[in-house]
Amino acid sequence: MHEFSLMQSVLNDVEASARDAGAERVTEIKLVVGEMREVVFEAMEFAFEALAPHTLSEHAQLTMRTVKPRSRCSQCGDDFEHDRFHWSCPTCDSLATELVAGKELYIDTIEVDLAK
Amino acid sequence: MKLDVSKPLLDLNDRLAAKNRALFDEHGIFVLDMLASPGAGKTSTILATIKQLRDRFRIAVIEGDIASDVDSQRIKEQGIPAVQINTGGACHLESKMIAKALDVLDLCALDLIIIENVGNLVCPTDFYLGEDAKVMILSVPEGHDKPLKYPGIFQVSSAIILNKIDTMTVFDFDERAFRASVAQLNPRATIFPVSATTGQGIDLWTQWLANRIETGSKVTK
Repeated sequence: MHEFSLMQSVLNDVEASARDAGAERVTEIKLVVGEMREVVFEAMEFAFEALAPHTLSEHAQLTMRTVKPRSRCSQCGDDFEHDRFHWSCPTCDSLATELVAGKELYIDTIEVDLAK
Repeated sequence: MKLDVSKPLLDLNDRLAAKNRALFDEHGIFVLDMLASPGAGKTSTILATIKQLRDRFRIAVIEGDIASDVDSQRIKEQGIPAVQINTGGACHLESKMIAKALDVLDLCALDLIIIENVGNLVCPTDFYLGEDAKVMILSVPEGHDKPLKYPGIFQVSSAIILNKIDTMTVFDFDERAFRASVAQLNPRATIFPVSATTGQGIDLWTQWLANRIETGSKVTK
């Protein structure tokens, strides 16, 4: 449900960037979301369909690239990919690890048609 | 034409949260964001916490609910300032709602603000409100498997309160399995088994909180 509020902020920021560039429509919006975030693509799409009409993004294609979680072990220095649940070090079993990727949540790029 | 936007989705929320944070720092207030599902005992745990800490700290509560002022009334009955936020359907609190609530609190007269977020194990997870710590409450009837189903909230919480431990035998709650999955998700989180209604375990939890408040609020009034 909170995807509605996230999508509203996407549309506001996309609208501002597109207008600044003098665009007349947005054709593509690319999001990047880490797997450690509570963001479901289907819910984002649903929010997009509800919120995009009457904005420059109305007919845009929405895509979301997900980023696998990665951590670095503070004990042995190993850098490893993992799932949402396990982030202990696979090399030395240490629980002292720092997440270095997987919390991304941003608008990457958008594709626009400029006004003629 | 391609435009590089590179903008965080939570940018606006985070900027307003930073403003809240600046206000808390200015007044030396420690802020706790309490997360749990509906019925886990958020308000009861807050009331038990107030009972233990009210002589040491000046406390206020911000209540987030979709509707009604039932919760803030319970707090006010104890003579503690409480602000009710009605989200009108929204599933989580955002920093601009907190900013509004702060307008009606006398920040100079507070050491601790407890925010009771909307009952939900998913949506509030990613929203920073300017707090010092997020703490979640899981209640025994919800089951020991919840960390496996809702990992995010267990990962953002600095401490986890396991409430309603007086019902452990009735609900066949496997505390060992619960602790093992929490350790996997968030080894740094301390688990506090409590019963908000009988008061069991509340002292250890409030001791942790009091330590955090004392080390956290360095600004003198």
